[in-house]
Amino acid sequence: MFDSLKDKLQDVFSGLAKRGALSEADVDAALREVRLALLDADVALPVVKSFIAKVRDGAVGSDVLKSVRPDQQVIKLVNDALTEVLGGDAAPLNISTNPPSVILMAGLQGSGKTTTAGKLALRLRSRERKKVMLASLDVTRPAAREQLRLLGEQAEVGVLPEVERETPGQIAKRALQAAKLQAYDVLILDTAGRISIDEALMAELRDIKKLTEPHEILLVADALTGQDAVNTAEAFHNAIGVTGIVLTRLDGDARGGAALSMRHITGCPIKLVGVGEKQDALEDFDPARMAGRILDMGDVVALVEKAAETIEADEAERIAKRMAKGQFDMNDFLAQIRQLQKMGGLGGLMGMLPGIGKMQKQIAAAGIDDSMIKRQEAIILSMTKKERVSVGLLNASRRKRIAAGSGTSVQEVNKVVKQYQDMSRMMKKLGGKSGAAAMKAMMGGGMPGMGGAGGGMPDMEALSKGMGKMPNMPGMPGGLMGGLPKGLPGLGGKPSGKKK
Amino acid sequence: MSWFQKLKNGLGKTSAKVTGQLSSLLGRSKIDAASLEEVEDALIAADLGTQSAMRLAASMRKYKFDGPVTSESLAAALSDGITEILEPVAVPIVLRDDARPHVILLVGVNGSGKTTTAGKLAQQWRSEGKSVMLAAGDTFRAAAIEQLQIWGERTGTEVIAGSQGGDAAALAYTAIEKAAAAGTDVLIIDTAGRLQNRAELMDELAKIVRVIRKLDDTAPHDSIIVLDGTVGQNAISQVKAFREVADVTGLIVTKLDGSAKGGIVIALAEEFGIPVHAVGVGEGADDLQAFTARDFANALTGTSD
Ligand SMILES: Nc1nc2c(ncn2[C@@H]2O[C@H](COP(=O)(O)OP(=O)(O)OP(=O)(O)O)[C@@H](O)[C@H]2O)c(=O)[nH]1
Ligand SMILES: [Mg+2]
Repeated sequence: MFDSLKDKLQDVFSGLAKRGALSEADVDAALREVRLALLDADVALPVVKSFIAKVRDGAVGSDVLKSVRPDQQVIKLVNDALTEVLGGDAAPLNISTNPPSVILMAGLQGSGKTTTAGKLALRLRSRERKKVMLASLDVTRPAAREQLRLLGEQAEVGVLPEVERETPGQIAKRALQAAKLQAYDVLILDTAGRISIDEALMAELRDIKKLTEPHEILLVADALTGQDAVNTAEAFHNAIGVTGIVLTRLDGDARGGAALSMRHITGCPIKLVGVGEKQDALEDFDPARMAGRILDMGDVVALVEKAAETIEADEAERIAKRMAKGQFDMNDFLAQIRQLQKMGGLGGLMGMLPGIGKMQKQIAAAGIDDSMIKRQEAIILSMTKKERVSVGLLNASRRKRIAAGSGTSVQEVNKVVKQYQDMSRMMKKLGGKSGAAAMKAMMGGGMPGMGGAGGGMPDMEALSKGMGKMPNMPGMPGGLMGGLPKGLPGLGGKPSGKKK
Repeated sequence: MSWFQKLKNGLGKTSAKVTGQLSSLLGRSKIDAASLEEVEDALIAADLGTQSAMRLAASMRKYKFDGPVTSESLAAALSDGITEILEPVAVPIVLRDDARPHVILLVGVNGSGKTTTAGKLAQQWRSEGKSVMLAAGDTFRAAAIEQLQIWGERTGTEVIAGSQGGDAAALAYTAIEKAAAAGTDVLIIDTAGRLQNRAELMDELAKIVRVIRKLDDTAPHDSIIVLDGTVGQNAISQVKAFREVADVTGLIVTKLDGSAKGGIVIALAEEFGIPVHAVGVGEGADDLQAFTARDFANALTGTSD
């Protein structure tokens, strides 16, 4: 059994690179996955290409956080880059101090302009106490003006009365005049949807812009949009100079790659998102959430973030120092067990690691699970303070007491003590060696939670040795023991995982 | 302008790309890996999705070109491949003789073009001399009823409408009763747009279908999902969900007069084998055209017919 396990483990982890800096191969392997993820999320191809090229340049040669695989680290870097690209300069709506401030809504047919105009009116009236007027320049779609009038009434804002047979330009002029005369703070102009390749309609939009000199020109785009997002963004931006993007239908289950496409093409911030049909379903844009949604590799990102967050650099450094001095005691041993637990225990850890499925079965078969980690913790907690620093005190009767106190057996207590002893013996031998070397050697010794309990178990120490031969055992406490250098390299120092 | 011409105008940009990008393979008689990737990219950029694009591109490897590959011969080969996939799903709506009315239910996400398509379909059958009624089943969106009523006026079609906020299923029921009493050939029921992951709205749609079946258990005779031509990969999830809830039998793709390529139709054909009845190519009453595989494939790849 052991042989085949070892083989399996080896082929699971073969191809994984060494620690240290990300190699080109690591980066390329991960970026292939990322490319597909982005395309499946409907990010437009040219945008995917240039985004990936940019990330690649930044990623090659950057440091890898210990305890995660290099390709996982690349995915995390991509996620951070995505967040940055999406929201680098998140900007609020630009409302002029010299009223009326004109907001022009533009976009394709059916993208959600009219609904968004209504939502925006409500928001500006209720949140920012503005006096708002809505005016529809959509003389094309049947009942479009009627729709805006109803939405305006619902939002309790002014609506420019409809006059038969006016052109959009004439309506715009009349709206501006009315807004000035009646001292409105904001005038929101809804326009007819138009396909971007219709020159005449795009020219009409340009004329309206000239006439009304809007402070904001919002391109309203559907989050369900596919590759066409680039054409649309380009055409509208070239024609009228978009100042912001509103992404609608984010309450759907689309991955929303159009957000990245449009943002990339126009360079304009995504200012708002529509998340429902009700009038208050308009929210500020959240770049981090959007990035997670587009990339859809939340598990991997969470794994890396967790690794970065939980392994507090200080703690790791403290343990590393004690190791070097040969001062490793039961308290340190306990700290390591707890680190492992914080990372979601063995199950949580392994669940997040792609490709570890094979190993999981073997581990389950061997009876190594989180309950065992818990038992080890209980054993150490049942020791007195003195016993924890001077393990030599643990005679047979003390061991019996500990077993009873922790609800385990003397055998299990013996195992924990032996594991600890093996480990601290090695520490002494390694005293003064580099963290990485110490860690590597550690993998050959016992690991907390892997010590094995009860009879009839496979030789877990040998299993650990098998792992030790692998240069890069992902996610395992080897990384914890190695001690983390300050500032968590490769993650820009900040744990960006603070989710709302 | 023929619809093919309109579609081609819209697709012009892609077509240029599909054939223009591939300069690397010119003069060879086989497609190599590098140009295969370029083909794949061009197809992805037309919204086929990564899987369909890869499959189609890979099939080009086996394609027997007579003589060296040129951009024209490659486009033609791709067009052949696409036609082969789409031919079986290019099926028009066939009105049943035994159904009075033949009930058509239009479903789909918000803004996809349901109401406009309802108007266009009414126009089409009116011009064929059929009697048609429209039912304003979108009782939710502001002015949705008025919008359909204007289409009724435009096409000389009676519109059965209730009030905004009313029960859509009840309205559908009334409409079928009225259409049956009048011996109407076709009844087209418009519904409110809804995102497929909104369970409560999908339940409402399921209820509309249930209520329709109380009157005629063979109805709706066509349950058609209206897809926005600019939609990306989410269309797959849309079709899946609406099929489950409303037993969708076919689809109509709108807005193909724009710059979008509608390549998702190919992925949908591969995944579901769902019939494509027609395409919308403008906002006018006559801007609905039958879907033909070869024309679509030629337009998408820039192949001249
Ligand atoms: N260019 C173009 N525009 C279209 C086409 N079909 C529909 N539209 C436009 O798309 C917009 C939305 O169409 P609707 O028919 O209102 O869509 P809907 O699905 O009924 O929308 P909701 O009822 O709001 O969910 C309108 O401006 C239509 O004029 C088409 O084939 N080409
Ligand atoms: Mg409608």
